[in-house]
Amino acid sequence: MSARTLFDKIWDAHVVLRRDDGLCLLYIDRHYFHEGSFHAFNQIAARGLPIRRPDLTFGFGDHYAPTLARSLDGVADPEIRGIIGTFERNVAAHRLTAFRLADPDQGIVHVAAPELGLTLPGMTVVCGDSHTSSHGALGALAFGIGASEVAHVFATQTIWQAKPKQMLVRFEGTPAPGVTAKDMVLALIARIGTGGAIGHAVEFAGEAIRALPVEGRLTICNMTIEAGARTGMVAPDETTFAWLAGRRYAPPAPDPRWRELFTDPGARFDAEVVIDTGTLSPMATWGTSPEEAAPITGRVPRAAEAPDAARAAAWARSLAYMGLEGGEAFADIPLDVVFLGSCTNARLPDLRAAAEVLKGRRVRVPMIVSPGSEAVRRAAEAEGLDRIFAEAGAEWRHAGCSLCAAMNGDIVGPRRRCASTSNRNFPGRQGREARTHLVSPRSAAASAVAGRLVPAEAL
Amino acid sequence: MEPITRFEGLAAPLALDNVDTDQIIPARFLRKPRDADYQRWLFHDLRFAPDGSPLPGFVLNRPPFDAATILVAGRNFGVGSSREAAVYALQAFGIRAVIAESFGDIHYSNALKNGLLPIRLPPERVRALREAAEGGGLRLTVDLERCVVASPDGAEDPFAVPAFARDCLLRGLDEIGLTLTHLPEIEAFEARHAV
Repeated sequence: MSARTLFDKIWDAHVVLRRDDGLCLLYIDRHYFHEGSFHAFNQIAARGLPIRRPDLTFGFGDHYAPTLARSLDGVADPEIRGIIGTFERNVAAHRLTAFRLADPDQGIVHVAAPELGLTLPGMTVVCGDSHTSSHGALGALAFGIGASEVAHVFATQTIWQAKPKQMLVRFEGTPAPGVTAKDMVLALIARIGTGGAIGHAVEFAGEAIRALPVEGRLTICNMTIEAGARTGMVAPDETTFAWLAGRRYAPPAPDPRWRELFTDPGARFDAEVVIDTGTLSPMATWGTSPEEAAPITGRVPRAAEAPDAARAAAWARSLAYMGLEGGEAFADIPLDVVFLGSCTNARLPDLRAAAEVLKGRRVRVPMIVSPGSEAVRRAAEAEGLDRIFAEAGAEWRHAGCSLCAAMNGDIVGPRRRCASTSNRNFPGRQGREARTHLVSPRSAAASAVAGRLVPAEAL
Repeated sequence: MEPITRFEGLAAPLALDNVDTDQIIPARFLRKPRDADYQRWLFHDLRFAPDGSPLPGFVLNRPPFDAATILVAGRNFGVGSSREAAVYALQAFGIRAVIAESFGDIHYSNALKNGLLPIRLPPERVRALREAAEGGGLRLTVDLERCVVASPDGAEDPFAVPAFARDCLLRGLDEIGLTLTHLPEIEAFEARHAV
């Protein structure tokens, strides 16, 4: 057989049938759903169809989960109560395994499912959420789907897919101290643009990826969608196998087939991007698209500096929304609130990185810390991280999508400015007229202490 | 689903790149049931002031564009969140096709599943059609059988649609029903595939 990519190998192993036009019916090994999947449950109910493989289907209560308490008592909005209730009813009606609000293993699907060992190398994974690309960090082929596709997977355990083009992103070299996975992926998106990988599946490789722990790889694969690609993945290695060992749903020893999951020498990619990781700095976004990012040690660009007229108009629009003129130093931009959380950056090493910066310091602006899962919360408490956050004046909450998706009632507020470890700075993402600056957990902590956008090194 | 073959309609220009699905429908409306009036939430924060009054500057608030059925956008339309409600909102408003240089992959697929046609055209043609639409009199014909967008001046822009999706749309087929006819192949696959 000719040289194949990691993507090819997993794809080929899941083709149920192939049409003459190349479209394939792919088998799905793991299907995750959340409260927002109610449209798909309604679609199969309308057809009277059962869920074909309830044993491969797992629910997570995350998008609408309250982060102040673990019950519906504090949830005032009747629609939010209703949607959580609908989730519970669907789980019960189909006898599904689900990690509900009160479950000790509840968490954001893209944090909790890998943590439970549900996502394994070589699997196909889908979920009705665009950040499903995260799971590729374990060497799985994972992508987000819409409600109609969720209904299709419920009913058939398969999905029709045209094989995408493939892109290799190599992070060569070693990052400078203080440059994290979040900074690496923001730098990539700033370089190739928010549409830079549309139509592609991305494999991340190179020395700097190999050196990352699984959590860092999850951060990078998570934000692949912000570069336009549905799928991001990293070939599994000893780091992956060691990380999976002992997790509840993972096999006791690595499956020997996992060691065949790598891109063969000579395999072809449609596009290749090489990043010299050693040249990167901690990043922050200044605009309303994740591609509008720059080193946090520098200044916000002016619209007139845009590479073309179309971008100049877009930049001017972004700056106006963000309440910025262009040209100001990030370090001069005052913040109203800081959010440490989300499926991008709320795993244990993220919380440790932030706590290390906060230790012995006080925050100047309110800071909300929402661990990615209840397991992360417990592990952080066992290490005393919650006390460091509390002593610094940050608020220690429960797990959920919270201020990343702004669906559960947590919002930033109009024209208020938030440094956030989440993944999207779109207009209105953290509530109407909210202004979001995406940063790493270290920079978020430092910015909370300074009350302005700064890297940890500036304190 | 009703079969789609050919339709004609007024084009509205939306001269913005990177229109993400959070802008198409903000997150706080995603908890609404499917039978709710989704058109109210289309581009909500671009269309309505915080007090609920329509913003006159937004294209879909200005006649005749409030009756547009074809949207001519820019680059990377529908990037971001996988929310299918973005498609529900566009369709509820009456939009039947979106013409753009490129689309977010998940939104593109969501649109096709619901019979909203995402039409990719080259940048110079998207720009030309958007500029032509600005006067408020551009009526385009979208022909899914021939895969062309026909302009009143006689210009025809060919576009590509995945063959299977096109077939489903032209015949109004239900994809789940169709896949279930392949149940024997799925079962055979399961028999040899250990998860």
